[in-house]
Amino acid sequence: MLLPTALYSRLAGAPGAAEPLPVERNPAAGAAPFLFTPRLVRFPRDHEFFEDGDVQRHLYLQDMLTQVSETPEKSMVPEFTCQVAGCCQVFAALEDYQHHYHMSHGNTCSLCSRAFPSGHLLDVHILEWHDSLFQILAQRQDMYQCLVEGCPEKFRTSQDRKDHMVRLHLYPADFRFDKPKTNRGPAMPAAADPPARALKDDSDAMEICSEPAAPPPCRRTYSHRIPSTVCFGQGAARGFKSTKKRNKHP
Amino acid sequence: MWSRRQGRLSTLACGVEELRCRRREREAALRKARREQQLVSKRLLREDAPEEAGGQSAAVLLGEAEVQQFLRLAQRGTDEKEREKALVSLRRGLQHPETQQTFIRLEGSMRTLVGLLTSNRALLQLEAARCLHELSHSEQSAVAEACLPATSYLLTYLSGHSSEFIELCLYTLGNLIVGESEAVRKQLLPQGIVPALVACIQSPHVAVLEALGYALSQLLQSKEAPEKIIPSLLDSSLLQHMLRLMQPGPKLNLGVAVEFAWCLHYIICSQVNNAMLLSHGALPTLAMLLLDMAGAAQRMDDAGLELQLACPVFRCLSNLLTEVPVEAMGEQMELRDERIVAALFILLQFFLQKQPTLLSEGLWLLNNLTANSPTLCTSLLSLDLIEPLLQLLPLSNVISVLVLTVLCNIVEKGPAYCQRLWPGTLLSCLLNTLVLSDIEVVGQSLELLQLLFLYQPEAAQAFLQQSGLQALERHQEETQLRDRILALQQTAIHG
Repeated sequence: MLLPTALYSRLAGAPGAAEPLPVERNPAAGAAPFLFTPRLVRFPRDHEFFEDGDVQRHLYLQDMLTQVSETPEKSMVPEFTCQVAGCCQVFAALEDYQHHYHMSHGNTCSLCSRAFPSGHLLDVHILEWHDSLFQILAQRQDMYQCLVEGCPEKFRTSQDRKDHMVRLHLYPADFRFDKPKTNRGPAMPAAADPPARALKDDSDAMEICSEPAAPPPCRRTYSHRIPSTVCFGQGAARGFKSTKKRNKHP
Repeated sequence: MWSRRQGRLSTLACGVEELRCRRREREAALRKARREQQLVSKRLLREDAPEEAGGQSAAVLLGEAEVQQFLRLAQRGTDEKEREKALVSLRRGLQHPETQQTFIRLEGSMRTLVGLLTSNRALLQLEAARCLHELSHSEQSAVAEACLPATSYLLTYLSGHSSEFIELCLYTLGNLIVGESEAVRKQLLPQGIVPALVACIQSPHVAVLEALGYALSQLLQSKEAPEKIIPSLLDSSLLQHMLRLMQPGPKLNLGVAVEFAWCLHYIICSQVNNAMLLSHGALPTLAMLLLDMAGAAQRMDDAGLELQLACPVFRCLSNLLTEVPVEAMGEQMELRDERIVAALFILLQFFLQKQPTLLSEGLWLLNNLTANSPTLCTSLLSLDLIEPLLQLLPLSNVISVLVLTVLCNIVEKGPAYCQRLWPGTLLSCLLNTLVLSDIEVVGQSLELLQLLFLYQPEAAQAFLQQSGLQALERHQEETQLRDRILALQQTAIHG
């Protein structure tokens, strides 16, 4: 198909509409036995007109998913240790370290060293475990918010909340990020992973971070030894005092 | 994901011809599946690659004792490396469908795996997630259902920050969503998959966004989507984010845009609330994307992703155009801009070389753009696009009908338009199409001839001189054409 050369420069040019030629229809146009009227055509999703395009889409997906399933190549580096105080885990690949940092030190409560998978759960934890005002208010009104983002429900007790999450949101009854508050102090060091702990079912898993007994509050724990190619952005420990919200849209 | 892994194609131990042959087989299988309404299926998404591929480690069949042993080692081993290796071995085993069955039949196996998935040992978490990902590929609904205990965690992790992990969770969710078993989708909605995706779509990581688009596109294809999923999706801010990620510009990532364009296509087809899409500026976004793609098609040779993007964008634009109320058509500036037809033709030429199957979809868009638009019809004339359009006629019957319909759109607007087509190659092209036997092609040619004779009387004379009557005679017996042929014969002879 030979296109006029001016077409390419037109595309690159300024927006503009042609002055339409005058429209002048004869009533005999499209009159019986003829049928034509200009008409927009809509095709539903499963129409056979879409067959070719759908097949191409699926071929693309097949290739994409094959690649996703492959064992990923890792950027190997000389072994180094995580520099967060008290954490002794050793890494030889940047991706592994990045994942470890986000999961174990990312959303960490600086008051009790528990790590959470998201900022939202950390916020809820700080509120429910470390905020004395929360405890006072909770005696008089429903303060325990549902953990499912977007659900506005609040409850009197954490048990009520759990019941709601199980019944309405089909969450497991033993959801690991909804542990009732205990009287335990800051988390015990788990770095050496002693045999006694290892035999347990990792049930306190996500909440425990390897830190010494009394961590200083609100301390950024970056170190110069972290490879400069690794960038996390948001993963600092924070406690109740911090009012900075992140990633929240108005 | 695509941009990251593009340089690392899986190494298959076959030659080019074998690859081509394999691809034709895959295409044939997909065509058959689509005709049987089966195209949304896990089995079709994943080829039986693990057992054949030369480069990858082959799936290992593990017995019950071995699975149990690996699980125990992973959970309770004292050496971190040993625990990790055990999970890697389990994962390789889980590539095999029989090992998957063995795994799910083993009591407590999923519980252990979920425990590892939510542990504080990062590398074990990753490997556990990969095991789950393997399971998610199974075509057995029993296996997908066995993964149900993990979904609340997969969703929770979507709000985290470890991009590689989130990506894996998303692909796993996408795989679990697809399939005959509705049980997974029935659980994911109340568990808050839509808010989780809204939180996740704000990630700056391209790989995450692409994975999200994939998972969402699978969710939107489910049969209950128009009723149960699309309404809550449209209620959230997900739509605005999707359109944002499809804006052309330096930040546009093609792999991401492809996924969300498909999502948009499924939403538009559902017709749940297309007025909302219009009010959020979907049309200008799509039109700008079209211009952007045409610019890119000019500039580069290898444009695989442009091809992937063009198809859903054509469909979205075309179907969405049918939803614009007639009164409002004039207001859409982008739809009168002549650059849009310039872009469309540049893309059509591009497809002619790379993917001829996309031509019909592009011409369908051209029909919807020109049907009620004197402005764009005029643009086609002033930009000299009629000749190129006529060059497409011989390609196939479907394309012929579409080209003829677009020409009818122009010609029916009256003498001012027909004059610009005369003289020209139009008449000889029509005489050629009359030689064909396809009823639809001939029928559309007759419609065009009627309009042409009406507004450009010299055309009727020329038609007679070029043996037009004989061309008409060959179709006289055809019931669907007879009346129109008679009428044309009358007009041509008597004026």
